[in-house]
Amino acid sequence: MASLTLKINNKNYTIDADPKMPLLWAIRDLAGLTGTKYGCGIGQCGACTIHLEGTPVRSCSIPVTAAANKNITTIEGLSPDNSHPVQQAWILEQVPQCGYCQSGQIMAATALLKKMPTPGDKDIDVAMQGHICRCGTYPRIRKAIKTASLLMAQKSSSK
Amino acid sequence: METTSKNISRRNFIKLSGITGAALTLGFHLPSQGRDAIFINPSAAGSTNTELNAWISIDISGKVTITNHRAEMGQGSFQAVPQIIAEELEVDLNKVDIVFAVGNSKKYGSQVTGGSSTVRGSYKNLLRLGASAREMLIEAAAKKWNVNQSLCYAENGQVIHKPTGKKLGYGELVEAASKLDPPKNVLLKDPKDYKVLRKPLPRQDNPQKVNGKAIFGLDFKLPGMMYAVVERNPRFVGTVKSVDDSETKKVPGVRHVIKVNRDTFNNMFEGVAVVADNLWAAMQGRKVLRVVWDDTAFPHHSTEQLYDKMRETAKGDIISYRTKGNFASAFDKAEKKLEAFYETPYESHSCMEPLNCTAHVTDDQCEIWGPIQAPDWIQGNLSAHLKLPIEKVTVNMTFLGGGFGRKAFTDYPYEAAMISKEIKAPVQVLWTREDDMSIGPFRPGMVYHCKAGLNGGKIGSFETKMAGQNMGTQEPGADKKGYNDSVTEGLLEPYFNSFPHYSFGDAPLDSPIPVIWWRSVYASTNSFAYESFIDELAIEAGKDPLEFRKQHLWEERYQQLIGKLEEVSGWKSRKKNEGFGVAITECFSSVVGEVVKVSKDANGKVKIDKVWVAMDCGWYVNPDIIKAQVEGSIVMALGAATKHATHFKDGLAVEKNFNTYAMPRINEIPEIEVHIMENEEKAGGVGEPGLPPFTPALTNAIFDLTGKRIRVLPFNLADV
Repeated sequence: MASLTLKINNKNYTIDADPKMPLLWAIRDLAGLTGTKYGCGIGQCGACTIHLEGTPVRSCSIPVTAAANKNITTIEGLSPDNSHPVQQAWILEQVPQCGYCQSGQIMAATALLKKMPTPGDKDIDVAMQGHICRCGTYPRIRKAIKTASLLMAQKSSSK
Repeated sequence: METTSKNISRRNFIKLSGITGAALTLGFHLPSQGRDAIFINPSAAGSTNTELNAWISIDISGKVTITNHRAEMGQGSFQAVPQIIAEELEVDLNKVDIVFAVGNSKKYGSQVTGGSSTVRGSYKNLLRLGASAREMLIEAAAKKWNVNQSLCYAENGQVIHKPTGKKLGYGELVEAASKLDPPKNVLLKDPKDYKVLRKPLPRQDNPQKVNGKAIFGLDFKLPGMMYAVVERNPRFVGTVKSVDDSETKKVPGVRHVIKVNRDTFNNMFEGVAVVADNLWAAMQGRKVLRVVWDDTAFPHHSTEQLYDKMRETAKGDIISYRTKGNFASAFDKAEKKLEAFYETPYESHSCMEPLNCTAHVTDDQCEIWGPIQAPDWIQGNLSAHLKLPIEKVTVNMTFLGGGFGRKAFTDYPYEAAMISKEIKAPVQVLWTREDDMSIGPFRPGMVYHCKAGLNGGKIGSFETKMAGQNMGTQEPGADKKGYNDSVTEGLLEPYFNSFPHYSFGDAPLDSPIPVIWWRSVYASTNSFAYESFIDELAIEAGKDPLEFRKQHLWEERYQQLIGKLEEVSGWKSRKKNEGFGVAITECFSSVVGEVVKVSKDANGKVKIDKVWVAMDCGWYVNPDIIKAQVEGSIVMALGAATKHATHFKDGLAVEKNFNTYAMPRINEIPEIEVHIMENEEKAGGVGEPGLPPFTPALTNAIFDLTGKRIRVLPFNLADV
């Protein structure tokens, strides 16, 4: 067991964990943030996606020690009040059905839009095809990413 | 008349759903807080709510709480049930609290969320409950004011006296209203006066599904809760011969290793549970657990053996289910004859949230929390097995990360309860993705043998022999000689009028592989056979496939639907380098037609360009949810048609995770355009009926483009 510090959503969590424990389980069961989901455990579905130093990663596939003292953002850290443009777009386009995969989808979309404020269809395909949605919300995810892009542009032009 | 939610712009969407108070302008604002679904019944002790009926309670401040008695697994019951009640109750849906009911079929009737039954099975009752509660509130106000009740009406959570304009809020009236007898007869609104129903209102559960707040089964925590994973026999029905847990018990955090049973159709399946302080420790302990299974008492099937057997039995005698006239002699005399076999694979449900359940069993009670489609079944099952009075078994539904039929089954809560009972502590049991995908029950694989005769360009005789496992005869001692009445699921009812001679029956396959309903159940596979074969018959008869269907489906409802498909898809003006395919099926009282358009990409590979859908689900609640369900059904059908299947080798499921059970991805999804038919029919299902027509419409389109007929699923689109 190792004692280490996780910096999740600008808050420090001191945890005692098996160094091999995937970051996913440390976030969910030790830090108690359950918005990040377990889907496959082998980096195939994207439900566990979080940002590590701003980059989207599969938290099921990296050991907790690799994330110690680094900046982690989970779905809970996107905004305290659903005010993030991606969250707003997801509601506007009525994306979620069961909702289970959407934390990962939203974290991936957020990272895409940060890197590429106006992504085209091909860019969306590349960034999002690692994410499975069994409910089949894909057409709405595509629309919502474009809507979020517009909302972000509006937000920055109104500043 | 029809509504197409396709044409609703975002601006209109917000305008129609005006009660959200949102506006799409610069710096627009959306409701930031989703209401949190809670699991406690509002009439529980300590609550200030007064119950007007099982679904509706109101507190003295006027806060309305509506109970959703069904599971929310993505299909939208959390929105649909309150949306129906709010219409007649005259309340603002955005100010209502929504809670999940606990399992209680005495209070709520069936809560089994399957068969696309929530709206179609409950809507008349829910409308009446809303109207009846409203009338009681109006009566209470009229009595308080000492005025004629007919001069009072309700609006936006208040009762208003028309002549004077004086008002009383529901909160001020609820106590008096609750003491009144519910009215015997209530007048329900004419659909043309609906203010809440038929509107594409945004879902009430979505705000908490974009910020991580929604509580799914795996997110539920109890103080002192332990975590477990279970090693189950990968050949399903084998028994434990020996267990070596010496290494497991050395893993830090592992507390117990125990044998546990799982009730699957009253057959007890064995497993060994590793219980630990956290999930990761339990999984590590399981990795080094050594279980030796006794697998000698049953056959170890492979996919090849199963399908060889089904192909053979589909040619022979069947258990007859539904017949008319004399198929054999009519077929014998037919001008043209056609015969074909179709095959569909076993499939896993693979909900994004793998199976899990939390249980706390003590000497005198049992409580369950989890992603559960059938709380009342579980309550009955556990009451019987734990020998506890039914009221001592409480079953709570969390949000479900997908269900698709798998979570309507009672085995995983049973297993969790048995572990909790044994270790005398609350426990959460997780099925890893590998467990979830390889342990079943599965959608059964099927083989269909179809024969038909044509006379004068029309179907004169039609026969289908279905071979495959019967979900209904898996219990010990089940009568395996009975017919499977699901053999005609998916086939449009008017065909039974237009076919002069027909015969339908099945040849059941016996196998230890557990099977269960999978979104749209047997219609999900039958429809591929029926709607492919009807297409083949149309070609054989030299007719246009849509025209051919029109000639056999005389009823107005079907003619309207075909007309809609023809119009929106541009069927008649399709170009030479485009393949068009149609299929129309019936599932859970809804009729759905789909047209698929395919073409070839620059490399000569077939690609799916577009799907047009005409959805006739009769009376309906929320057009945007219907559209979403049809989109999702098509994506799920696309996966089962072209991406994945569960195979068996030596009695074991081969595909265990998404690396081998490939899912459709965002880059593979065609444009989908949904049109909802407007009519006076009673409500039909929404969550499943969009699935069955897609696959045959796709393979019919591929035939139209390439001349290649696909009769075995799944197929690789790149190989066509």
